[in-house]
Amino acid sequence: MKVELKDVHKEFKKGDGQKLHVLDDINFNIEEGEFVSLLGPSGCGKSTILKLIAGLDKATSGDVRVNGEQVTKPGTDRIVVFQEGGLFPWMTVKQNVTYGLNLKKMSKAEVEEKAVEGLQMVHLGNFADAYPHELSGGMKQRVAIARALVMDPEVLLMDEPFAALDEQTRLVLHKELQNIWRKTGNTILFITHNIREALTLSDRVLLMSTRPGKIKESFTVRAARPRDPADSVIVDLEKRVMTELEIEMEKVLKEEFGDDYSLKTDHLRSGDHRDMGSNI
Amino acid sequence: MIIGIWEVISKLGFFPTFMFPPLIIPNEPGGVTVIGTLISSIISGQIVTATATTLTRLLVGFSIAIVLGLTFGFLIARYKWVDDTLGFFVTALQSIPSIVWFPLAIVWFGLGNTAILFIVAIGATWTMTVNSSAGFKNVPSLYLNAAKTLGSSGAHLVRTVVIPASIPHIISGLRVAWAFAWRAIMAGELLGSTGGLGYLLDLGRSIQAMDLVLSIMIVIGIIGTIIDNQVFLRMERAVARRYGQTV
Repeated sequence: MKVELKDVHKEFKKGDGQKLHVLDDINFNIEEGEFVSLLGPSGCGKSTILKLIAGLDKATSGDVRVNGEQVTKPGTDRIVVFQEGGLFPWMTVKQNVTYGLNLKKMSKAEVEEKAVEGLQMVHLGNFADAYPHELSGGMKQRVAIARALVMDPEVLLMDEPFAALDEQTRLVLHKELQNIWRKTGNTILFITHNIREALTLSDRVLLMSTRPGKIKESFTVRAARPRDPADSVIVDLEKRVMTELEIEMEKVLKEEFGDDYSLKTDHLRSGDHRDMGSNI
Repeated sequence: MIIGIWEVISKLGFFPTFMFPPLIIPNEPGGVTVIGTLISSIISGQIVTATATTLTRLLVGFSIAIVLGLTFGFLIARYKWVDDTLGFFVTALQSIPSIVWFPLAIVWFGLGNTAILFIVAIGATWTMTVNSSAGFKNVPSLYLNAAKTLGSSGAHLVRTVVIPASIPHIISGLRVAWAFAWRAIMAGELLGSTGGLGYLLDLGRSIQAMDLVLSIMIVIGIIGTIIDNQVFLRMERAVARRYGQTV
């Protein structure tokens, strides 16, 4: 097992001294080379889970292990691709990509070779000397992915990496990410709130419920690769996941708008009940 | 336009010529003009030497201020207890005009170069401190987290992420600190020193040569504008462009 979470709890202290229970009893494993998505409504704690695995945050109780070793601090075996990319604006694309490599004990030639290889993998070989602000949102995310890949991480952690992109760019990057994953065989944990994205990319989708965050259900996606979003397996799963997710969303909305709120009340069926019984 | 009005007032003769000298056209044949004095004192080297003296002092004092400001700023951002003590104190110190320190400086260092350097440095240090600590404190946690997961920590993290990420704050700090230093040195030189533009101003007052005073004021204005626009504004813009911010 690559990644192992056991009875993980997380509480945050709020300003008024109250405790906010964010994660409750999280248990799951990720196998070597598996692509797993964490899916859930915003605020369910999915990013917190990723931070725990990355070592950027500590669990209140429970066990987080990667390769059998307990996670205590950030390490280069677990690289994160952040939603906003997190590229350093004062460095060129190449400097960004080699940032982590230069910290490893590697020869200059090796670093150079790796950087070129990484940038070619995301089709940005010609942009090595550009600055991040000269790139589009999609290109920035590709650089962020290249920066992560060149480190050869044991686990690649992706925190809603495509959430800020437009639909077309996202579809292209989905394809590219699948290709890269097929080539490198990385273990990937992918965080998203987009059902289709989760289903198209992953072997397994973990659906989270909210407040406190829990793993509600696990769906294995048994569709052929490369994935086609119109695949009947995916379409069918999408419906099932949607139903589950709606229950969660309603829970959140009820908390925000009061108990009488219902997600579905605004629906009027346009079929046989249309005449409201005037034909009697 | 303003020059024209000035000339007219000067020629109407409400004030004696030494108090209100004409800028370009002399009031009587062979009389004084501000431009004439400016050119002749540049040629004689009087203004040039004075400018050099002032700028040297300024550069030394300003450099001290930058070093101190960055150090204090870093300590304030890094250690909570420094922030609670020095950080609070700095805000109070910043509101004291630097010339207020002058009596103290004269007693401590005597009337001379050191006293001037002291008030220049103290005028710029606190602004520099406030700006650099703001810069260091506001390094986005995204960058820090990204660097940490890529294996950076400690001094390497400071050198490669914390400092570059605070550069925009530090540059605008430099610009404001420069303005404070520039004002401080004029006040200091005017009140007590030998050499320098401020001293020359005082000399002009004592020999009642307003043409000299006005030509020095022109020099001061020009130098101030050049440095602010050409040096600091450019630096600010270049950094903003590099960092992809809109100016």
